[in-house]
Amino acid sequence: GQFLGGLGFVMVEKGTSLLKMMEISVAEAEKRTGKNAVNMQETYTVYLIETRPVDAASEGTNPVPDSLWRRYSEFELLRNYLLVTYPFSVVPPLPEKRAEFVWHKLSADNMDPDFVERRRVGLENFLLRVASHPDLSSDKIFYSFLTEENGWKETVFETGFQAKADSRLKALNATFRVKNPDKRFAEMKHYGDELQSVISQLLRVRARAADRLYGVYKVHGNYGRVFSEWSAIEKEMGDGLQSAGHHMDAYAASVDDILEEEEHYADQLKEYLFYADALRAVCRKHELTQYELEMAAQDLTSKKQQREELATGTIRTFSLKGMTSKLFGQETPEQREAKLKMLETQIEEGEELVKERNAECEEFVKSAWVDIERFKEQKDHDLREALISYAIMQISMCKKGIQVWNNAKECFSKM
Amino acid sequence: MSAGTPRSLPSSGQKPIQDICHPLSAEECALSRSPDVLNPCSAGERDLILPNGTPVDTSSPASSSSLLNRLQLDDDLDGETRDLFVTVDDPKKHVSTMETYITYRVCTKTTRTEFDLPEYSVRRRYQDFDWLRNKLEESQPTHLIPPLPEKFVMKGVVDRFSEEFVETRRKALDKFLKRVADHPVLSFNEHFNAFLSAKDLNKRQGLALLTKMGESVKYVTGGYKLRARPVEFAAMGDYLDVFTQKLGTIDRIAQRIIKEQSEFLMELREYGPVYSSWSSFEEDLHDPLEGVSGCVSNCSSALEELTEDMSEDFLPVLREYVLYIESMKNVLKKRDQVQAEYETKLEAVVFREDKKTLVPSDVEKCQDRVECFNADLKADWDRWQNNKRQDFRQLLTGMADKNIQYYEKCLAAWESLIPLLQDKQDAKGETN
Repeated sequence: GQFLGGLGFVMVEKGTSLLKMMEISVAEAEKRTGKNAVNMQETYTVYLIETRPVDAASEGTNPVPDSLWRRYSEFELLRNYLLVTYPFSVVPPLPEKRAEFVWHKLSADNMDPDFVERRRVGLENFLLRVASHPDLSSDKIFYSFLTEENGWKETVFETGFQAKADSRLKALNATFRVKNPDKRFAEMKHYGDELQSVISQLLRVRARAADRLYGVYKVHGNYGRVFSEWSAIEKEMGDGLQSAGHHMDAYAASVDDILEEEEHYADQLKEYLFYADALRAVCRKHELTQYELEMAAQDLTSKKQQREELATGTIRTFSLKGMTSKLFGQETPEQREAKLKMLETQIEEGEELVKERNAECEEFVKSAWVDIERFKEQKDHDLREALISYAIMQISMCKKGIQVWNNAKECFSKM
Repeated sequence: MSAGTPRSLPSSGQKPIQDICHPLSAEECALSRSPDVLNPCSAGERDLILPNGTPVDTSSPASSSSLLNRLQLDDDLDGETRDLFVTVDDPKKHVSTMETYITYRVCTKTTRTEFDLPEYSVRRRYQDFDWLRNKLEESQPTHLIPPLPEKFVMKGVVDRFSEEFVETRRKALDKFLKRVADHPVLSFNEHFNAFLSAKDLNKRQGLALLTKMGESVKYVTGGYKLRARPVEFAAMGDYLDVFTQKLGTIDRIAQRIIKEQSEFLMELREYGPVYSSWSSFEEDLHDPLEGVSGCVSNCSSALEELTEDMSEDFLPVLREYVLYIESMKNVLKKRDQVQAEYETKLEAVVFREDKKTLVPSDVEKCQDRVECFNADLKADWDRWQNNKRQDFRQLLTGMADKNIQYYEKCLAAWESLIPLLQDKQDAKGETN
């Protein structure tokens, strides 16, 4: 267990989740204004994180939860820290920074209350995911993010993760080729690519379809008005027309709730769109690790070859030094002796490095693959649940439609 | 038409028509019973002929057709007294060197003695229907003639020989003939008879063309100014104006809905397959994703059906009514003209001969025409209102039904998917 001295007594075994000990929620969102880094006024949103020990509720005391406010940028900082510190973990994603895949009624404005609300839910989801992750949940920085309002940022920077972050960023962006790629990771990376592509497409088409569906429902509202106007010039038909018109209005209005629910489904898909990215990041990191191992091994091999040439006097590999020595004359035995000695040291160091890197690689592969398997199961479960709730949504929509049209039909039949 | 021995009118009860006073002109009935009374209301120069073949010799200046209307309104509900059944079906394409066109089979079953045979089956093309309608308008100008589907279709925009177009047209033509067959006066029209029974309509058309000019002159009474339109007819005009407007609005709304639904359909057709391609690289999720794809596909088909139905069944009926209203407005205008002519002539007579008791026959004829027209129109109006109510009740109920069916199909699809989606989970639960 870990004793988080000074911050409270929380025993979190590695491998168990923080969620078993603590209730976490992002309860509210509020607008704030303040001066930013360049001393300009800005408006931003803060989110209230509430935490409460799990057994408190069962004891019946139900104390007021601890709480603190955090901005989206602090969540980003936390996630970046986790990415760097746990490169073998598929780190849960944050809700989108900017609204994408919007259909016309949905605002792309970050300050829009609906967007803020959906973001609040997304941030809570993020915290719950991290808190239930076998490795991430026991992280100290994560714990203090939840409990220590002031000075948290400094604590994060003190870990020095930023230096690692820079090199990691470079690594992820660099193009390099691995000679012996691990088949499983290559497949996983390919899967991540495909998943990202297909979910993007799905979200795009779904947004367009939502737009169209909105149009279909809303135009029916016009029937309401015209039936009302028409009923004014009719005697026997008037009542039936008028009431049918009201049902058409109700039909038109019902689409707002329907699409709001569907947006929740879209958010579930989006989470896995971003998860795909996290998965690919792990695979990329593995590639880098593999690449560094191969580089070290390659370097060692070339050094060994140099030693051999020096020892036997044969030049097998082209080297500028070799050529210059040919042009400018052979070295003295003393010089050769010195060189050999240097090479020996380098080879010793090289072998150490290869051993190190090899171990690193093996360790990484082992940890990463465990988390990838965990992720796969989680993904299968979550997406299946998402599809079920989507189907239930559709069923509800159909039932509402049948009801409204039956009501209208009754009115028509009384015309 | 055969002139058999006079028989009493089927639905008029025991008395012959001559002795029955027209309900709309009870007073006049009492006043003018003398045999000097002029010819009864006639359509142009032709005498009104009863179904049994005898000319009407009634003392009532009002049209007997409205009496028949009144008596026969009840028959709408009682199909047993109907003695004329007409259907339009079996469209066929004819290709000749000159042109390509469609003919429809027109079947008639009747017990009426005006017809030589109890059954007929002839083939007619749109032209022939158009001819019939023109003849009816000319020969029965005081009556509301049902409309035909639009004559001209823009080539290139609509395929005149597509199944959908032909079927839509067939339904409209069928409705047209049924409306005429149900009308107590129009159904006895000789042109209608010829249309239903003559093997070769062309000869008739040729003859008709010659007489067409003569007939149409009778009722084109232009140039008279109307003093005051009677309240009830003004009300009819107002009603028709507003009604046309509303129908136009409904047409536009329906078209817009169809458009939006078509565009939604387009997106759905792209949406479903994405789930399919997703399933191709998933293991556990393969079946659920395929299932969703199939579901969306089923909903797409259901939506396509709904949109097609609305295009083919709903819009044409709306448009038909707009045409109906147009022709009705024309009849109202004609009525105004007839009244105007009468008023003008009456005024002239009054100023010329103020002490005479007998009005010139010309003016009396005009008066008759006005009263006949008014009576016919009123009766037809009531009949039209009734039919309109039924037609729209049917139309709108049909629209609701189609939407219900669409949602029921989608509901069934999604409900059947749920067990499939939950399937593996339960299995997993068992093995754990």
